[in-house]
Amino acid sequence: MEFINTYLPYILAGISVGGQYALIAIGYTMVYGILRLINFAHGDIFMAAGFMMVYLSASMPLYISIPLVIILTVILGFLVERIAYRPLRTAPRMSIMISAIGVSYLLQNCAWYLTSGLPKQYPKIPWISASVSIGASTTTVVTLITPILTIVLIVALVLLIKHTKIGMAMRAVSRDFETSQCMGIKINSVIGITFIIGSFLAAIGSLLYFTNYSTVTPISGAMPGLKAFVAAVFGGIGSVPGAVVGAFLIGICENILKIKELDMTTFSDAFTFALLIIILIAKPTGLFGEKITDKV
Amino acid sequence: MDKKIKIIIYAALLVALFALLFILEQILPSYSMLFTVLKKGAIYALVAVSMNLLNGFTGLFSLGQAGFMLIGAYTYGIFTIPTEARSAVYQYFDGGIINFTVPVVVALVMAGVAAAIFAYIIGLPVLRLKSDYLAIATLGFAEIIRAVFQWKTLGPVTNGSNLLRLYPTFKSVLFPFAVSGICIAIIVLLINSSYGRAFKAIRDDEIAAEAMGINLAKHKRLAFTISSFFAGVGGALLAMYQTTIQASAFKSAMTYEILLIVVIGGLGSVTGSCISSFLFIAASEWWLRFLDETTYIGSFKVPLLNPGFRKVVFSIIIMIVVLFYRRGIMGNKEFSLDPIAKQFKKRFRRRKEVVGSNEQ
Repeated sequence: MEFINTYLPYILAGISVGGQYALIAIGYTMVYGILRLINFAHGDIFMAAGFMMVYLSASMPLYISIPLVIILTVILGFLVERIAYRPLRTAPRMSIMISAIGVSYLLQNCAWYLTSGLPKQYPKIPWISASVSIGASTTTVVTLITPILTIVLIVALVLLIKHTKIGMAMRAVSRDFETSQCMGIKINSVIGITFIIGSFLAAIGSLLYFTNYSTVTPISGAMPGLKAFVAAVFGGIGSVPGAVVGAFLIGICENILKIKELDMTTFSDAFTFALLIIILIAKPTGLFGEKITDKV
Repeated sequence: MDKKIKIIIYAALLVALFALLFILEQILPSYSMLFTVLKKGAIYALVAVSMNLLNGFTGLFSLGQAGFMLIGAYTYGIFTIPTEARSAVYQYFDGGIINFTVPVVVALVMAGVAAAIFAYIIGLPVLRLKSDYLAIATLGFAEIIRAVFQWKTLGPVTNGSNLLRLYPTFKSVLFPFAVSGICIAIIVLLINSSYGRAFKAIRDDEIAAEAMGINLAKHKRLAFTISSFFAGVGGALLAMYQTTIQASAFKSAMTYEILLIVVIGGLGSVTGSCISSFLFIAASEWWLRFLDETTYIGSFKVPLLNPGFRKVVFSIIIMIVVLFYRRGIMGNKEFSLDPIAKQFKKRFRRRKEVVGSNEQ
């Protein structure tokens, strides 16, 4: 009991962070599955959602500002695709990736300009930032909601991918870009919808994540973004359940390293990458990834 | 053009460049923005060329440059802090455990060697990965290195998360130019050698290159190690320029910056990387400065001009380059005097003909 009481907060925090990473990781994994692009700007879209919430909630009530944040984030994600990725569709893959890095740089600099680089206090969302106690440890409601909400959203997403027309189109495009184009699938709208779904989940992830961490800075999207990407790779890029499993695993491991007695806090970020390298060397396609064979 | 004459012309240009720099240093005050740009530009040029060797010439998309620079910077700092100053620098670690110093040039080479050794070791597993996976794995290694150098247990060597300082630095702008120049010259010689051709073959088609008898693993490792060597030297130079070293400064953002320089200059062009690194530094540090200051025209306050606006404009420019001038400034060509010389010759000849026809 003693043991559980000491370590439960860490594990709870891990599960909650894991859920938030999972929501971001889906954006990465879906985009990668279809475009074969590491969308470096995704973490910054997540950060932008955080700032939108800060500014919007200052001037309007929460029941308007939260939906508005989600809508604006989705629009931002869609615009990024439209402006920065679509013109490069026929370009070599490296150009698109560099464009993604450029967008990430642009979003961070815009955020820096708007806030003068100062960290902003994230607004308290009444019900979910309340604290509850489990056993002897106290935690916030958001910690408990996150995994539940994450799983609900992911089940919905998997149903969407498996059982709807657009989901079928997505699977077709990710299997073979050119052939699906020949079959009359409108590639651009499929990609657009992928970005919309990714940004929508990132917006929800940011609501949960920043409620936990309480401040937003222009670079606060970079680390969660990278970690979520690692989660996506870990689970096998292109696979939604894989990304979720990877995200929970990374979230929990990273928080276990933060346990005071272990004295490994410096490595909590580095650990994620160590995990990445191990999985890449041992099983490059990730846990649930499909095997890809290169043809000459 | 005759090869000998060519060499003489380039040598003369180099001498002229150094003479110009020397004269500038005598005339302009040392705090002039120009010198900041020149110093930082020269250092970034070296790092960008080393990254170009990997990304542009060998086709290995690596994002570990900041990590190798960090190793170089720390190696340089650790071995050159004078013994008297050690107790001040390593105040939390009883003066550290290294009690000797080496000369600056030796330390620069050591910085490169340390980075190269590390690159060799991580290259063994990592270089088997392809494109994006390689990029993300090298990025991961850079982050791990950063964490390791901040680790308290290594404090007696790396000073933990505290600054390294008081090591010898340079004042004259000639020093970074000379070091970067020599390093870039070595890289150019390498690219023009048979190894360089093997690198390019790997970039263009791995399978075809392998079929031609090129040992893929060996050449990839070679390119990776050499590139990291020069990144390490570049990191040491950057440390000298900044006068302090802190692991937290070598973030992935630094790698992205260098990557953008390489892309703007043109993947696969050494001169392109050099030109764009000077342009990049000049634009970000100097020319666009005015955008950060609140300006009034008469009593009208120019809108938008606030701290940070410079960076926004700058990143928009970068996006435009990335989207519309995908090949960068130089594409994969090199800047050379040949076309200029040809132009001159043509004009000269035409004038001769004109003169000749008039005489008749």
